Amino acid sequence: MDLYKYDVVIVGSGIAGLRAALQAAWTGRGRLSIAILTKVHAMRSHSVSAEGGMSAVLYPDKTGDSLDLHAYDTVKGSDFLADQDAVELLVKLAPEEVRLLDRLGVPWTREPDGRIAQRPFGGMTIPRTTFAADKTGFFIMSTLYNNVLRFDNVHIYHEHFVTKVVIENGEFRGVVALDLKTGELKAFRAKAGILAAGGSGRMYRLTTMAHSSTGEIYGFALREGLPLKDMEFVQFHPTALVPSGILISEAARGEGGYLVNREGERFMQRYAPQRMELAPRDIISRAIVTEIMEGRGLTDPESGMGHVLLDLRHLGEKKLNERIPFIRELAIRYVGVDPLKEPIPVRPAVHYIMGGIHTDTYGRVLDVGGNWVRGLWAAGEVASVSVHGANRLGSNSLSECAVWGRLTGEEAAKYSMELAEPTIDESFRESVKAEEKRIYDGLLHREGGTVSVYEVRRRMQDIMEDHVGIFRHGSQLGEAAAMLKRLREEARSMRLDDRGKAYNQNLKDLLEVDGMLDAVMAVVAGAYARTESRGAHYRTDYSKRDDANWLKHTLAYMRGGSLELAYVPVRITKWQPEERKY
Amino acid sequence: MVPVTLRVRRQVAGEGRWQVYKVEAASEKATVLDLLLKVKEEQDPTLALRYSCRMAICGSCGMVINGRPMLACQTKLSDLGTTDISVEPMWNYPVVKDLVTDMGEFFDKHRRVKPYMLRREEEIFEGGDEFRQRPEDVERYLDFAYCIFCGLCYSACPRVAENPEFLGPQALGQAARWIFDSRDRGAQERMRIADGEDGLWSCHYIGSCSEVCPRGVEPAFAIQLLKMRAMRP
Repeated sequence: MDLYKYDVVIVGSGIAGLRAALQAAWTGRGRLSIAILTKVHAMRSHSVSAEGGMSAVLYPDKTGDSLDLHAYDTVKGSDFLADQDAVELLVKLAPEEVRLLDRLGVPWTREPDGRIAQRPFGGMTIPRTTFAADKTGFFIMSTLYNNVLRFDNVHIYHEHFVTKVVIENGEFRGVVALDLKTGELKAFRAKAGILAAGGSGRMYRLTTMAHSSTGEIYGFALREGLPLKDMEFVQFHPTALVPSGILISEAARGEGGYLVNREGERFMQRYAPQRMELAPRDIISRAIVTEIMEGRGLTDPESGMGHVLLDLRHLGEKKLNERIPFIRELAIRYVGVDPLKEPIPVRPAVHYIMGGIHTDTYGRVLDVGGNWVRGLWAAGEVASVSVHGANRLGSNSLSECAVWGRLTGEEAAKYSMELAEPTIDESFRESVKAEEKRIYDGLLHREGGTVSVYEVRRRMQDIMEDHVGIFRHGSQLGEAAAMLKRLREEARSMRLDDRGKAYNQNLKDLLEVDGMLDAVMAVVAGAYARTESRGAHYRTDYSKRDDANWLKHTLAYMRGGSLELAYVPVRITKWQPEERKY
Repeated sequence: MVPVTLRVRRQVAGEGRWQVYKVEAASEKATVLDLLLKVKEEQDPTLALRYSCRMAICGSCGMVINGRPMLACQTKLSDLGTTDISVEPMWNYPVVKDLVTDMGEFFDKHRRVKPYMLRREEEIFEGGDEFRQRPEDVERYLDFAYCIFCGLCYSACPRVAENPEFLGPQALGQAARWIFDSRDRGAQERMRIADGEDGLWSCHYIGSCSEVCPRGVEPAFAIQLLKMRAMRP
């Protein structure tokens, strides 16, 4: 197996990963070698699909906005589970990031005087969502990717699927990756690692997220003994296109769109009378599902899916074309509905994982005892810092990815510069050899195998969708845990149909599903244990928030092959929990 | 349900052949990507193709569908007007496997035009304020900034086929994207790269790049603008 040495290795090429690479390169001023490993082409990561915008307090003198107000909105949006020191860091650095992205070339939508325009978003009391039409994520991604190309010492390994994160004695050593093009495994020994591999919407049947958002890295982290934090908090975006799940941005409501039921009623007046369609996502998603369950929804004739309608007709052609042209294009193309003439059929779909790899405020990866796994950071959706707590506000994720990309890139660069050249010692070789054996002998050349990778994936998605959705109940969660455990066993004999080396997508898919099956257990275990309702986690058998017992973060980790739970306190600086009303 | 016949160009280790799959589409709204994934998951897991966002923004699933370079996720049955569909890998690229092409050279050419903000780096990375732009300044380059790196324009270009050294429509279009950005200071440097026999002047304004672009970038138009700029005294 080929061995490579780097100062910094970054896993993932979304906004967090590319931003980290850029910052590490700038901090190192040409003195560091940096590798980006990504299972797709680096410019294609799921961040491209972000539409609505990026939150930041840009012109407080003109708008009356303040960092404290942004922080308070975020903490309240999180149902008080966010760590407030992290939230304060987010809102402080977000404006710097928006301006840096401008200087790197993002075509922000502008005011006539040249300032950057901002739009209203759910749960934000003041318009502070910065945007580039409704392709904000795409423009940030292409700008970051382009600007990474200025640095010769950043090497991009497109289509390199990480199969293992090597950690020894509480210290990061490197990763092993499968080069999809050749089918060869490569070992990367590095002083520092940044995990920025994104989320895992594909744990569920209906999601706004890309096919590549599978989240096997969560499973791989568990295998290395790393804890996952707050995985039970899964965000459902209220408005996904029916039946595909394609995202219809919150910007549609930010620009003034209405949600209506079959009777034409703006039903949000019964759920969030003040904020209406701009209440946080957890509240609107529950409202939509309630409308459908109580018979006030509509049914998509083709898929049988229940849905409500997003009405944009009153916005007029100019606003649709200038502010949300992509939404119009998507609705016309995929459901044959022109939002100028007809309302769009929408329903909630999985959109974001609030939980993730347990880190401290600065993105350092922690073990279950709270000790830093030296040399390892995590940033973006894959991490749980936590700034989103139990529910993320729309447009806070792009800020999070940029801010923690920058912080971890800078920290990893400084850390690397202080260390001597990494050695490839016997124990690293052993780890790599064991991984080679697992992939080649254990999977690629293994005889037999009965059940299809895709059937296992479908069954996992069905269990998650039907039992671990927007409304949850203890008995359903218990059932899901049992079913997933059986599926986990069955999946040990997943069948590999493709035995070739070049671009063996079947093998990649198998490795994804294999990692996901461990990751979903953390979601279900956390949800089962948490006997309260908070943010996106709603238990019909425990429908109230319970601060006395549950104002704490869940940690799920593997010990001796089984999943265990532990809890750590929420860090509160300025804002005591209060009733959450909109 | 709509029965569909998919003829797919398979290629493993240099050996090419056509393979026929029969598949049921849920409706006329099904995309070619939906159908290929159905084949992959239910009939033939050895079939390889790139795909990710399924909403025409990540640029993964470029392929030649019924003789025309298109994104599989953006192409519905109803757009094709037939249930006999042929799918082959993008032209003008080496094939890795089946519908997966090697885009390494395409990405290298993109990099050659320095597709990033050319200004003093301290000013970019350490400057505190934004570079202001009026809405009309944004309009000058915005259409060119919609490039999703899908490679369809390069696949459709007869000049790329004739002259493999040609930088191609994508790279030149991206040179224009930065040259027309009022924040950028690298126009001259980029023009030196673009203004050559394997650059702008390899383009004969055939326009197939603009025709197949799934995001309306119009590389052909961008190249003509740069040619005019190059000829300016």
